Amino acid sequence: MAGIIKNRQVAANNWQLLKAGADKSLPAVPEGDVIVPLAQWLAQKDALLARKGRLGVWLANTDDPAVIAGDLNHFDLVAVDFPHFTDGRGSSIARLLRERYGWTGELRAIGDVIRDVVFYLSRCGFDAFDLKAGEDAKAALSAFGDFSEAYQTSVERPQPLFRRRAATAQAAAAK
Amino acid sequence: MYIYDEIDQRIVDDRVAQFRDQTSRFLAGSLSEDDFRPLRLQNGLYIQRFAPMLRVAIPYGLLASRQLRALAYIARKWDRGYAHFSTRQNIQYNWPKLEDVPDILEKLASVQMHAIQTSGNCIRNTTVDHFAGVAPDEIVDPLVWCEIIRQWSAFHPEFAFLPRKFKIAVSGAETDRAAIQVHDIGLQAQYDDKGNIGFRVYVGGGLGRTPIIGTVIREFLPWQHLLTYLDAVLRVYNRYGRRDNKYKARIKILVKETKPEVFRAQVEAEWAHLKDGPATLIEEEVERITKRFTRPAYQKLDKLASGYVLALGRDKAFASWARRNVQAHKVAGYAAVTLSLKKTGVAPGDMTDAQMEAVADLADRYSFGELRVSHEQNLILADVRQSDLFELWQQARELGLATPNIGLLTNIIACPGGDFCSLANAKSLPVADAITRRFDDLDYLYDIGELDLNISGCMNSCGHHHVGHIGVLGVDKQGAEFYQISIGGAQGNKAALGKVLGPSVSQAEVPGVVEKLIDLYIERRDSAEERFIDVVQRIGIEPFKEHVYGGHHKKPAGRGEQLAAA
Repeated sequence: MAGIIKNRQVAANNWQLLKAGADKSLPAVPEGDVIVPLAQWLAQKDALLARKGRLGVWLANTDDPAVIAGDLNHFDLVAVDFPHFTDGRGSSIARLLRERYGWTGELRAIGDVIRDVVFYLSRCGFDAFDLKAGEDAKAALSAFGDFSEAYQTSVERPQPLFRRRAATAQAAAAK
Repeated sequence: MYIYDEIDQRIVDDRVAQFRDQTSRFLAGSLSEDDFRPLRLQNGLYIQRFAPMLRVAIPYGLLASRQLRALAYIARKWDRGYAHFSTRQNIQYNWPKLEDVPDILEKLASVQMHAIQTSGNCIRNTTVDHFAGVAPDEIVDPLVWCEIIRQWSAFHPEFAFLPRKFKIAVSGAETDRAAIQVHDIGLQAQYDDKGNIGFRVYVGGGLGRTPIIGTVIREFLPWQHLLTYLDAVLRVYNRYGRRDNKYKARIKILVKETKPEVFRAQVEAEWAHLKDGPATLIEEEVERITKRFTRPAYQKLDKLASGYVLALGRDKAFASWARRNVQAHKVAGYAAVTLSLKKTGVAPGDMTDAQMEAVADLADRYSFGELRVSHEQNLILADVRQSDLFELWQQARELGLATPNIGLLTNIIACPGGDFCSLANAKSLPVADAITRRFDDLDYLYDIGELDLNISGCMNSCGHHHVGHIGVLGVDKQGAEFYQISIGGAQGNKAALGKVLGPSVSQAEVPGVVEKLIDLYIERRDSAEERFIDVVQRIGIEPFKEHVYGGHHKKPAGRGEQLAAA
């Protein structure tokens, strides 16, 4: 299986990503670790919880993360799909999962994920990246260093630059 | 000027390295054209009709003389010796080579400039009143807040890929010179009754295909909450703005379709979570940014310089320039000077490398080494001693930058149009040129008085035609270039959208139509003080329509004669 990026390292991907059929029919659930679409989780909660193997759920860019806010303790992984990397909805979903609903487990970006957005996505709370076909996961690791600083508050570093600057200035003044 | 600190500089340098890497991956074939497009656009790089076009940010229109010299250097070394100031307080190069762009960005970074987010579906350059900090009617100096917004918006991780572009404008004066009501977000800086600074927040204004005046969604937002509130607005937009149709993707459509009061409730609900969070601004930061702005060291001068008054009486040409191009200043003895980039025969907003260098010299000599770019595509020396005005005028005149037409008909706002832009339906520059030539008689121009004439080459409205007293819009009619004329638009506090006069006309007919509009205005005004826009508001557009099209609203009257004249 193709490698993914996890915690800023190339890692093996042991998860199977399940998708609904073209007619929106829910897929059969194989053995092993699976990431199911939100609709499947909502429809088959009990069966999914009864099976062996780890369970993940993935959200589409149009899904509201509030729907799974109360279910997060059942998951080993949450993924957010990017149908195209220029669709920024997944970034807001990620921040909400991390900052509002308290998800601390693996948060994986899936779909049209290219190295050039890894820095942004990482700041929005993604710690795993299943890059699109053709992207070199190892080469993409350098993306974490695209910028050495950032102005805004982020999941990775909730204190914005201006607060860190002020704290440094205060510490210097106290000396 | 805001002066970068080490971190500001590092972020811009990092961007240059990132773009250099992206460009080389694209040229090597490992980054596809489709993937590279949105990435280069976020760096202001379009692939245009003839060559790439690079748009460089001039944050809130403020420019130091050394930066203008760098822009001149870039024009000479990597372009064809000129550049175009846009209506977004930016500057555009029309002929750079793709492989040279990383070097251009590096040159820009060396003078604390960049092209970050000058295009693409992200938060664009924040614009402001071009007389910020010097206008006598200013309530709050907006520049510090603009820089705070610049830093917040630069590489914001959550809002890098919005449904569509997003533009913020700030005004701190009684008169709105920043068109805040036709921006995605408009901020009016003001004081509350306890003397605290805050902002009236307009949202969902815009021009383009669906022109809308913004709605006030918050009367007074205390400054501490500026960024958390912006985060809330942007998050609602990012999540719910339409992405299925790019013509319906601006926030104005979301606000309109969800209803302003519902949209406001959504923002408030989101803000309830973010309010008082870590992005809440602190006094130390406002103070730090304020201190990083260099401020002119004004001298103590008399309110009116006697030499200036004498020169006004002595030299008629100087007096008429001063009347149009010199604006009052809040500091006694100083004035703000607009250098007109609207000379007959020159495309509005265009400037050569030599002119840029000469203006940089003027800024050093007369205005503390700083200048501003206005959204009317002119340059402003904002801090000139009155006693220097005569000398400055003489020098500006030699450079062809002293056309005394600010606020007048020939101070035309125009986008680059079909000569350069691949989006355009029709050309803008030849139309501007033809109108300017038609009204070349200065006395007549003065008699007509204040009039904004704005030209856009297409519905994207880069030339702000909707808010021109007279607006000209290029349209495509079965493959031919035609122009739709509207009247009654206005910018500022009484922002209004122009109404279409009637069927579109050919390029050759446009100056004739403008002339007819002016004729009727002169005939119907009750005094020289009543401006064109006042007359349109008083008598409505019907009489103008009659006069231009004759009784039957078909073809403009006198068509044959105008065609012959063209």
